[in-house]
Amino acid sequence: MASVHFTYALRRFYPGLASIEIEADTVSEIVSQLDESYPGMSDYIVDERGALREHVNIFVNNTRIKDRQNLGDRVGKNEEVYIMQALSGG
Amino acid sequence: MANDTLLVGTRKGLLVYKKDGERWRVAHDEFFGIPVSMVYFDSQNGDWWVALDHGHWGMKLHRSSDKGRNWEEVEAPKYPEGTMIKEGVPASLRYIWAFSAAGKDFPSKIYIGTEPGGLFESNGEGFDFNTALWNHPSRQDHWTGGGRDYPGIHSIVVDPRDSNHLYVGISVAGLFESTDRGISWQVRNKGLRADFLPDPHAEVGHDPHLLLSSPSNPDVLWQQNHCGIFRSTNAGQSWDDISDPDGPANFGFAIAVDDQDENRAWVAPAISDVTRVAVDKALCICRTDDGGKTWKDFRSGLPQEQCYDIVYRHALVATGDEVVFGTTTGNLYASNDAGETWKAVTHNLAMVYCLCFAN
Repeated sequence: MASVHFTYALRRFYPGLASIEIEADTVSEIVSQLDESYPGMSDYIVDERGALREHVNIFVNNTRIKDRQNLGDRVGKNEEVYIMQALSGG
Repeated sequence: MANDTLLVGTRKGLLVYKKDGERWRVAHDEFFGIPVSMVYFDSQNGDWWVALDHGHWGMKLHRSSDKGRNWEEVEAPKYPEGTMIKEGVPASLRYIWAFSAAGKDFPSKIYIGTEPGGLFESNGEGFDFNTALWNHPSRQDHWTGGGRDYPGIHSIVVDPRDSNHLYVGISVAGLFESTDRGISWQVRNKGLRADFLPDPHAEVGHDPHLLLSSPSNPDVLWQQNHCGIFRSTNAGQSWDDISDPDGPANFGFAIAVDDQDENRAWVAPAISDVTRVAVDKALCICRTDDGGKTWKDFRSGLPQEQCYDIVYRHALVATGDEVVFGTTTGNLYASNDAGETWKAVTHNLAMVYCLCFAN
């Protein structure tokens, strides 16, 4: 199970937001399962093509994912996944 | 019913104004801090719609069926999988720029215009993508971005007499008409001028900043265009340039039309093309009462020096003698004498993107 953590900015839309455990092999699988705990959240993270939104970052442990189009980066057991907003505007 | 409610979409949220005697006052604000790209009052069922442009999280739609007391998020339109802007560039929703009720025969439906050029229609569970417009043979080679990266539908006009008859205005492409409820589309740019093209009279590639029809005669169409102000009296079959060659009524983004008089409209002039500020750094609203033959500029109550405001395309509205506009520097002005004199409602808003009356 990977531990998935969220930027505080998402609490505006999901007030009860808390880290969750998800069984998955890739980041894509994690994002697609987010809606089970937080309905509609995947639309905040990726666009309709499944590509990571321009100003969102996902890290596996301390490494930013490389595949922003398909989110095919692997996630190992007991790894930490961080869904963050990118800094923009200074 | 008196128009006592005004929705103001700004770069930092939605403000709901109520008329208190002669003054507009803020009743409440919503979506604090989030850019509101478009706001709409559906007079067919009373719904309020708001499109939010989250910088990080994508475009979102919200609807209120109780005059703004409660809001629900509605899943935003999605471009179908495999839809391509051009080879190698997949289409995805970048901006929501227009709403329109779908006409008297479809009181629960709504159209939404978007960047990169897709038209959507609600179906009760989500939105259907209009493939006929997207597949129009002109799109690939003759639609371009203007101000935004990709073409955007900013105007949707449904004929109040016939729900099968509608128009869309696209920057930058021009005007398209459908008489079969979006199954097929015809170009309606005859008489327009695109000074930024090698052939200013090209069939497609024009830049209508906003398209409206006269409620009292829907065959009369108006557009504030990048290259002037144009009016059609034959349902878009041809257009006449009604810009004022000697006055400020020329370039701009916004236009409002009178709901009773097909010959009356207002525009908010700006300096084209590079500087984009108020003409002579002095703010005015121009009105025609004769279908564009002549224009009067009205300045009473508006700043006449060191003024850099311009008015975005959805930020000028009129109903009866009530005219309101918001500006890029956060000013909101109102007139109750058909635009002849003005009073500031406030000087301290964020950039104003869009307005609508909600009665």
